[in-house]
Amino acid sequence: MEVFLQTLVAGILKGGLYSLIGMGMSMIMGVMKIINLAHGQLMMVAMYVTFACFHFLGLDPYLGLFVAMPALFLLGCLIQKYTLNPLMEVESILPENQVLMTVGIGMVLTEIARFIFTSDYKSVQTSYSGATFFIGETSFSVALVIAFFIAVLFTLIMFWFLTKTDIGRSIRATAQDKDAALLMGVDSKRITIITFGLGSALVAAAGTLLLPVYYLFPDIGGPFTRKAFVITILGGLGSTVGAIFGGITLGLAEAFGATYIGMAFDDMIGLIIFILVLLFLPGGFKRLTKI
Amino acid sequence: MLTVNHIDVFYGDLQVLWDVSFEVHEGEILVLIGANGAGKSTTIKTISSLLTPQKGTIELSGIRLDHHPPHDIIQHGIVHVPEGRRLFSEMTVEENLIMGSLYGEAKTKRYETLEYVYGLFPRLKERRKQTAETLSGGEQQMAAIGRGLMSLPKLMMFDEPSLGLAPILVQEIFSMIRRIKEEGVTILLVEQNVTQTLAMCNRAYVLENGRITLGGTGSELMENEKVKEAFLGI
Ligand SMILES: Nc1ncnc2c1ncn2[C@@H]1O[C@H](COP(=O)(O)OP(=O)(O)O)[C@@H](O)[C@H]1O
Ligand SMILES: [Mg+2]
Repeated sequence: MEVFLQTLVAGILKGGLYSLIGMGMSMIMGVMKIINLAHGQLMMVAMYVTFACFHFLGLDPYLGLFVAMPALFLLGCLIQKYTLNPLMEVESILPENQVLMTVGIGMVLTEIARFIFTSDYKSVQTSYSGATFFIGETSFSVALVIAFFIAVLFTLIMFWFLTKTDIGRSIRATAQDKDAALLMGVDSKRITIITFGLGSALVAAAGTLLLPVYYLFPDIGGPFTRKAFVITILGGLGSTVGAIFGGITLGLAEAFGATYIGMAFDDMIGLIIFILVLLFLPGGFKRLTKI
Repeated sequence: MLTVNHIDVFYGDLQVLWDVSFEVHEGEILVLIGANGAGKSTTIKTISSLLTPQKGTIELSGIRLDHHPPHDIIQHGIVHVPEGRRLFSEMTVEENLIMGSLYGEAKTKRYETLEYVYGLFPRLKERRKQTAETLSGGEQQMAAIGRGLMSLPKLMMFDEPSLGLAPILVQEIFSMIRRIKEEGVTILLVEQNVTQTLAMCNRAYVLENGRITLGGTGSELMENEKVKEAFLGI
């Protein structure tokens, strides 16, 4: 029972961060109808930004959020504006080919990181990196608990933004019917740029929050792109609420896989769930919430 | 008010409109009738800048609108209520209405206009927290009209608002359009429902295979032998 509870807690805490990763990818999916295969690499860049702030300026990783999120927002906007949107102008290029462009961007970001920081593992050691507290017999990592609550906070802010502001509603409207949104005066190009920026800022938050309890190397992006992809499919392709459920599910699946099957399987269990969803619940959690 | 000047419009290499010209006068209801595939939707999509004419111009009170990006058009006071309603299906009725009022005066008067729209369509007020996809066809058309009204338009373009509605609802929608005209909004109405629209309009044009073939007042066209034969089945 203790082990079970411990695993449950670990899964939910990790799931909170995964939700943040998946939400960003889902928003981009919803508006652009493409899967962003540079998502994990953007997270990697954010982690290096926070790492550099910590290493060179002594900035606490949580304060690093205030650097990494705006920086990645900007990077995301620039990527959309100067690499993805121009593809839409070329008639002979199918919009789906933007996906290939994101793969290329991911590779470039990884190699730039390798050039600047080498392939060495880096980590950020803070006073709370290894700290834990107990409730009953269950231990909680301080850093992960903080990360979880910040992730929940960002999720709530995102929901407020998407449902209560004109830009947020314009993002949803563009995702649901681009031409109708244009007729209502929504500048859909500007919306794609803002959306890619926001998606990047959200994954930047996740990366930064993960940094105190994780290690960092240039190739860390790939596995997280895969996780984001799994979460997005689990959540139902473009559904923000779905992404939250997808994130928690993946976090739990990985935690239970690692505990009850073996550490080596924690990636595989995610993929097994992924395949099961593809086979038995195409459309993901969105199917369940929309009945 | 609105002048469409000799426009040719293509989808890729396929030409759909040929030298189409007509005018909409301030304060009138102008109807564009034509069979399925004649190019009615293409015409008003071009006015909305969703399509760009390869030749010809579109002017609103002397200002060129062609080559403006589509999201600019609503700010010139033209709103397009599209074929098939095209609501934001997962947004609530109220959010859909709000989407009509993103800019300028429409935004500052948003909640005033919202009450006005709810006054016109009490059903929408009852259902304001429901998502658009849960509405019936008639209610969806009301929401689409309401969303257009939220922009405080000078010219409202309707693309087959009666499509797929029961006759009693068609009456309701048409009388709403007449009422909107009475409040000073100019109307461009695209329809296949010829008998009723010719009766309610000031003037009308007939579009055939991408060309304007006839024009005149509603009663003139109703008397026209060609119109009788092609549309009224007489
Ligand atoms: N997106 C499109 N691509 C290619 N052809 C189109 C497209 N939309 C409409 N068409 C063609 O253009 C012609 C006019 O269509 P449309 O303007 O929708 O007619 P209407 O609204 O009068 O029924 C039709 O022959 C139709 O097949
Ligand atoms: Mg049509």
